[in-house]
Amino acid sequence: MRDGASLTLRINGRVVTVPVGTSVAAALALAGDFVSRGDLGGRPRGPLCGMGVCFECRATIDGVPEVLACLTPCRDGQEVVTDA
Amino acid sequence: MREACDLVVVGAGPGGLAAACRAAEAGLDVLVLDQQPEPGGQIWRGEARKREHRLARRWLSRFAASGARFRPGARVVAAPEPGLLLVEEGTSSLAVRYGRLVLATGARERFLPFPGWTLPGVLGVSGLQVLVKDGLPIQGKRVVLAGTGPLLLAAAATIQAHGGDVLFIAEQAPAARHWGFALQLWRHPGKLLQGAALAAGLVGVPSATDAWVLAAQGERRLESVRLSVRGRETQLACDYLGAAWGLVPNLELARLLGCEVVRGAVVVNDRLETRVPRVQAVGELLGIGGVDQALVTGELAGLVAAEQPVPSALDTSWQRIRAFATALALHDAPRPELRALATPDTLVCRCEDVPLSELEGCGNLREARLYARLGMGACQGRTCGAAAETLFGWAGEDVRPPCLPARIGSLRLPPEPPPTPKRES
Repeated sequence: MRDGASLTLRINGRVVTVPVGTSVAAALALAGDFVSRGDLGGRPRGPLCGMGVCFECRATIDGVPEVLACLTPCRDGQEVVTDA
Repeated sequence: MREACDLVVVGAGPGGLAAACRAAEAGLDVLVLDQQPEPGGQIWRGEARKREHRLARRWLSRFAASGARFRPGARVVAAPEPGLLLVEEGTSSLAVRYGRLVLATGARERFLPFPGWTLPGVLGVSGLQVLVKDGLPIQGKRVVLAGTGPLLLAAAATIQAHGGDVLFIAEQAPAARHWGFALQLWRHPGKLLQGAALAAGLVGVPSATDAWVLAAQGERRLESVRLSVRGRETQLACDYLGAAWGLVPNLELARLLGCEVVRGAVVVNDRLETRVPRVQAVGELLGIGGVDQALVTGELAGLVAAEQPVPSALDTSWQRIRAFATALALHDAPRPELRALATPDTLVCRCEDVPLSELEGCGNLREARLYARLGMGACQGRTCGAAAETLFGWAGEDVRPPCLPARIGSLRLPPEPPPTPKRES
């Protein structure tokens, strides 16, 4: 894909446009609050390690639950749903 | 699905790439697995696309030309018998039969709990850096970094290059230890140049030794941090905080396979062979030593795996790198004050919401698992394990399969494919 190109995905129903090469974890910041999940007490959590170790960025991506957003590149038409 | 190869390399950072290149160039059928979408590991993250870094470009091109096969998005979840790995890739599963195995699983950041560390906007130092490389919009955002060692400078440089405003860099090491380390770098000219270049780019960014984060504050998101700077408390309003203290090796797979681990590093001989037959370990698994160590040990392991002669220059440079690694470990050792940051209600285990107070009376990691559910959540102790080791001195334990959360289907050996029917003539 051409350098500088962008693509569009949906995060919790909100349309977000990002440069090609953006990870879903990074895109969460564009969707508003940089929150990926709620903890057991309902408090918000966001990405921590950025490299697939901490599991804090897990979200439902294209219908698959518990996918690590930091290891997942954004794709055109992708549907991301967080539980927070 | 099934795969077979002479050599499987787990991890496509510099160590894994160097091992794969040397072995594949010598004629072995090499398969490289990595959970990231591209090769390069953390240090060369995004380089497969951006190709900005000269050394990364050289190795990634060499890897592409080597004939080694690469499977991105591949997570090893179990090793049910010698010579066999079970791997999950997205929604499918794979069984890999191998003749030899090189572990190049690298390192992660050492996180220590402090009040507010679970707020969105608080990340690791390198965690924030890689998210910026991955497109996190940082332009005009106020960033505070707290941690130790060269990673602070590297993260600050990346954040600045992307338009972020680095307000402050807090280095936990005492001034004497920090500058003593810097003075030793003349023995490692490459590191000295790297450090000098990073530091020169960061002129104007306030920083201090003997400085660390006390707490992160905010409602639903990080709003400010409280720091201890040379004995005085100060508060800074900011959008992001990168806070982590050095690196620790990713030992789960090595432990799962039964490799011996002593003082947090995999035990190997001078051929980089672990105590498990046909399994070698390279890079950060041998103790945190950075990209130079990863490349040298990777090359060495690849040559050994392919039964090729090892040039003596490789051996010599490895010894020099070990000296650097030892100095780095001394510099980065967390100071005692960092162990006292968590208050009774600060969460230690982020997956199971286990506060510090619930760990009182536990004597080791196993008791903390059984009584308080520490490390029983999704990350399986990857974050809180190293924290508990630093806070309480609890040593890591053997790892049981699956070593990552996995689907049931990934733990089942796929059936042998039916024999191809002979064509009737």
